[in-house]
Amino acid sequence: MGIWHLDMSAELVGTGSPVMDLVAHADDNLVLAQILGAWISNAPELEEDIALGNIALDHLGVARALYTRAGEIEGKGRTEDDYAMRRTEREFLNLLLVEQPNGDFAHTMVRSLFFDAYQVELWDGLSRTDDETVTGIAGRAAKEAGYHLRHSSAWVVRLGDGTEESHHRSQDAVDGLWRYTGELFEGPGRVSRDQWLGTIQNVLDAGGLRVAEDPFQRSGGRKGFHSEHLGPLLAEMQWMQRSYPGLRW
Amino acid sequence: MDAAQLPGVEVVSRAPALDVDLAREVAGGVVDPEIPVLTVADLGILRDVSWEEGRVKVTITPTYSGCPAMRQIEEDLESALVAAGFAEVQVVTVHHPAWSSGWITAEGREKLADFGIAPPLPDGEVLCPRCRASEPQLVSRFGSTACKALMVCSSCGEPFDHFKEY
Repeated sequence: MGIWHLDMSAELVGTGSPVMDLVAHADDNLVLAQILGAWISNAPELEEDIALGNIALDHLGVARALYTRAGEIEGKGRTEDDYAMRRTEREFLNLLLVEQPNGDFAHTMVRSLFFDAYQVELWDGLSRTDDETVTGIAGRAAKEAGYHLRHSSAWVVRLGDGTEESHHRSQDAVDGLWRYTGELFEGPGRVSRDQWLGTIQNVLDAGGLRVAEDPFQRSGGRKGFHSEHLGPLLAEMQWMQRSYPGLRW
Repeated sequence: MDAAQLPGVEVVSRAPALDVDLAREVAGGVVDPEIPVLTVADLGILRDVSWEEGRVKVTITPTYSGCPAMRQIEEDLESALVAAGFAEVQVVTVHHPAWSSGWITAEGREKLADFGIAPPLPDGEVLCPRCRASEPQLVSRFGSTACKALMVCSSCGEPFDHFKEY
């Protein structure tokens, strides 16, 4: 049972209200933090272990601040933990992109590149909203997203322009993940596809990679319709709270 | 009877319940658990210390979104103030305006350099904390904590942490 199923029909789950929009952005960051965390101790080099751990922490921190703010606006006494640990898969509003599996390192970096370029624009827009708390969180996150983008861009260029094998795997990642990028521009938040595409195009060009040709796009994450990968991720992440409801450290 | 002559007045007047200056001093002296040479005042994250509805209210702003030290800092602020005699303490986190490394005080920057961490400088320059040479090589954008990058000095070869400009 998830928190919203108690007071809301499943059809109403989706973005479009201040609370849901903040929760959707928080969900992106929480899910990506969880998925990136799986690289720790498995990254190709020690510096990458540290880098991905740090990036995951940034995402987690943003998620926590946004959930807390959403709870304040919703006014039902919900905490960051209620949103993170007590909602079902159907109630999560994250983008399909961030729940896609880590795959190989090229897939992880291309996924991050697509998302980082989106977040740079997203936070820039949100840092000029009327809600001061959101403005502050977004202002902070904007700088971090820029830092993340430098990291993912540098890797995609290096892998794309590296060996035949790394090039092939990177192009495979671009082709495989491209179908989840259309959803980035469906809102909430005003993110220009042209600007995003310009950023991506520059990076791909520098790495000798090309934009995917297949126009097929998938979406639904913002309405709570997810790919098969989110369920297992949540099952693992929420296991403790589901087994021992209300458990505190 | 004059209140000053009541029995037990020394005990009552020694309780610093209303001494906001003392509270500010105690709070400002709490150190960062990751970089123990820096206090929260040096870091610029201590925004306000006030007296509200019978308790000390401490307002702080997080540095990096994911800084895992923030929870520890909240607890340290609370225990330091309780130890100083303030019975009720509330630590509030405010996100606006967002913290920037420009808020680190001049004294804080000096302490960082003395500790072997290159401080963020307003012009973006990074100086080796050992020999003060400029233009070190970047080893990794991500260092031992979220706020630091790993550098190596091009002049003396010293590897060192750089507190990122944000």
